Amino acid sequence: MLVVPARPDVAAKADESRLAAWGKSLRGHPLVGPALALLLLIIVFSFASDRFLTATNVSLVLQQTLVLGMLALGQTLIILTAGVDLALGAITVLATILAAKLAVGGVPEELALLLAVTLAITASTLNGWLVAKVRLPPFIVTLGAFTVLTAVSYLLSGSRSQTIPKGFLTLLGQGVSIGGVFVSWGIPTLLAAYALFAHILGNTAWGKHIYAVGDNPDAARVAGVRVERTLIGVYAVAGLLYGVGAWLSLGRIPSADPNAMANIALQSITAVVLGGTSFFGGRGKVLGTLIGALIVGVLRNGLTLAGIDSLFQDIITGILIVATVSLDQYSRRRST
Amino acid sequence: MSREIDMTSSPAIPAGTILAARALTKTYGAVEAMRGADFDLRQGEILAVVGDNGAGKSTLIKSLTGATVPDSGQIYIDGIPVRLTDPTQILGAGIGVVHQDLALSGELDLVSNLFLGREIRKPSFSGRVLRTLDRAAMANVAGEQLARLGLGNVSLTTPVRKLSGGQRQAVAIARGMAFGARVLVLDEPTAALGVRETAVVIDLIRRIRDNGVSVALISHNLPQVLEIADRIHIHRHGRRAAVVAPAETTLREVVGVMTGIDEIAA
Repeated sequence: MLVVPARPDVAAKADESRLAAWGKSLRGHPLVGPALALLLLIIVFSFASDRFLTATNVSLVLQQTLVLGMLALGQTLIILTAGVDLALGAITVLATILAAKLAVGGVPEELALLLAVTLAITASTLNGWLVAKVRLPPFIVTLGAFTVLTAVSYLLSGSRSQTIPKGFLTLLGQGVSIGGVFVSWGIPTLLAAYALFAHILGNTAWGKHIYAVGDNPDAARVAGVRVERTLIGVYAVAGLLYGVGAWLSLGRIPSADPNAMANIALQSITAVVLGGTSFFGGRGKVLGTLIGALIVGVLRNGLTLAGIDSLFQDIITGILIVATVSLDQYSRRRST
Repeated sequence: MSREIDMTSSPAIPAGTILAARALTKTYGAVEAMRGADFDLRQGEILAVVGDNGAGKSTLIKSLTGATVPDSGQIYIDGIPVRLTDPTQILGAGIGVVHQDLALSGELDLVSNLFLGREIRKPSFSGRVLRTLDRAAMANVAGEQLARLGLGNVSLTTPVRKLSGGQRQAVAIARGMAFGARVLVLDEPTAALGVRETAVVIDLIRRIRDNGVSVALISHNLPQVLEIADRIHIHRHGRRAAVVAPAETTLREVVGVMTGIDEIAA
């Protein structure tokens, strides 16, 4: 029997500092860090404000996190392929405007939604095609798409927000009250989407291919993975999620506003990175993104309740992003 | 020192030659990477391919594995002319390649790496509808494969980036060997390894040859090549300069052919 020697450096590091050992155990369980951070925030804010843990406020945080959560799920898929999507907010807003405009113009709401979701899928698939086939950097492609689609949204809406009546388009905003906490249909929708993609990434060949493409596209190609198809597929599926995100958005606030979601691309990246997914691709879990989205939601809400100026909220969020990516970089350098 | 120099690029492929090439040429701009290169890998041998930097070894190996399409010339598998235009084509012909950069996905574990691009789904509802992978079946095959290579102690579930260099190389070789390879092409398999790990990989290569698999070993390590190879293909100036048997040659002579010094002296 051959014995392949283990990494010689592992044994030599018996004297490593406690901090490094702590970091190592955190790396072993990628969701422990984000979950602890969320728990810590909840504890701190519940002391900082009496209103934080009230049923009304919990409902508010959950509703505010729904759209971000759905969009961040698509962002996770794209970041796993070593890409990034700056256009997701613009795509979602355009989908809400198209749906609202069609519905108000007399198109059946179901058809209006179908067309809006199709638009979202088409726009994102086009991004994926440019990334995979034309080999443009995702940052540039989605920056261009963001700019174009934002302008299209203003043109299509005449720069005005369009209110829609209660109906199929606002369905996901309906719901039931459980112990005073309002649970909209959007919440099970979001949880189902996360469960589905946890399964896809963890247990299916396509999921493995997404990680492989993000980690080492040349290795994936040599192994027989159709890298370009996988990439385009990821952007298409992200587009579908943005379409559902548009539906969630109309459920929460029954109007389509071209000024909405200006910061959601950056917030979604924050949620993904806080959730432990590597910004450099190939590593991460969707459940982490759900926690990351809740961290972003809780942080905003808690800091507001604690009476902290929104500019300071931005400063804190920005520092969090940089700190999290630094940790990721550090752990990458240590482990390769 | 006996040599089989084949300057005429005879198209006849000797019986028992599993992978061969005749008169391959390839030009990149002004650089002639291959100028009538020939190649013969016999059944069940370890053929080392040596040559100075820029001799065109990489281009030859890329052509033989479908990663590059030569400008002219012909490649033969089992004596049958083939045209290779895609790296995935050779998998079906039973040719495995281990690239120098290992070509593994560091974040995926051993089982996922071995089965990347050819995963097994569960036969049940869960596999057909939810497309769930059959981890157990894949782990079984992977375990058998590794045991056959004498690598039973490598973890199946650790991301491969956390394995040692020798273990990663073993995984890469196991990947190349998987699914009934008859030919294994190894590009500098020990270049990045320490002494102990090199010995393990060399043992592994011998074991593979003893299982009847033909091995083409590209290496810069001439003492190692003289120790392990059955024959040595010496590449120079974009073509095969000589094929020598290690038992009948010395390191000096090999270097002489590689650099052309002995031709000048002669």
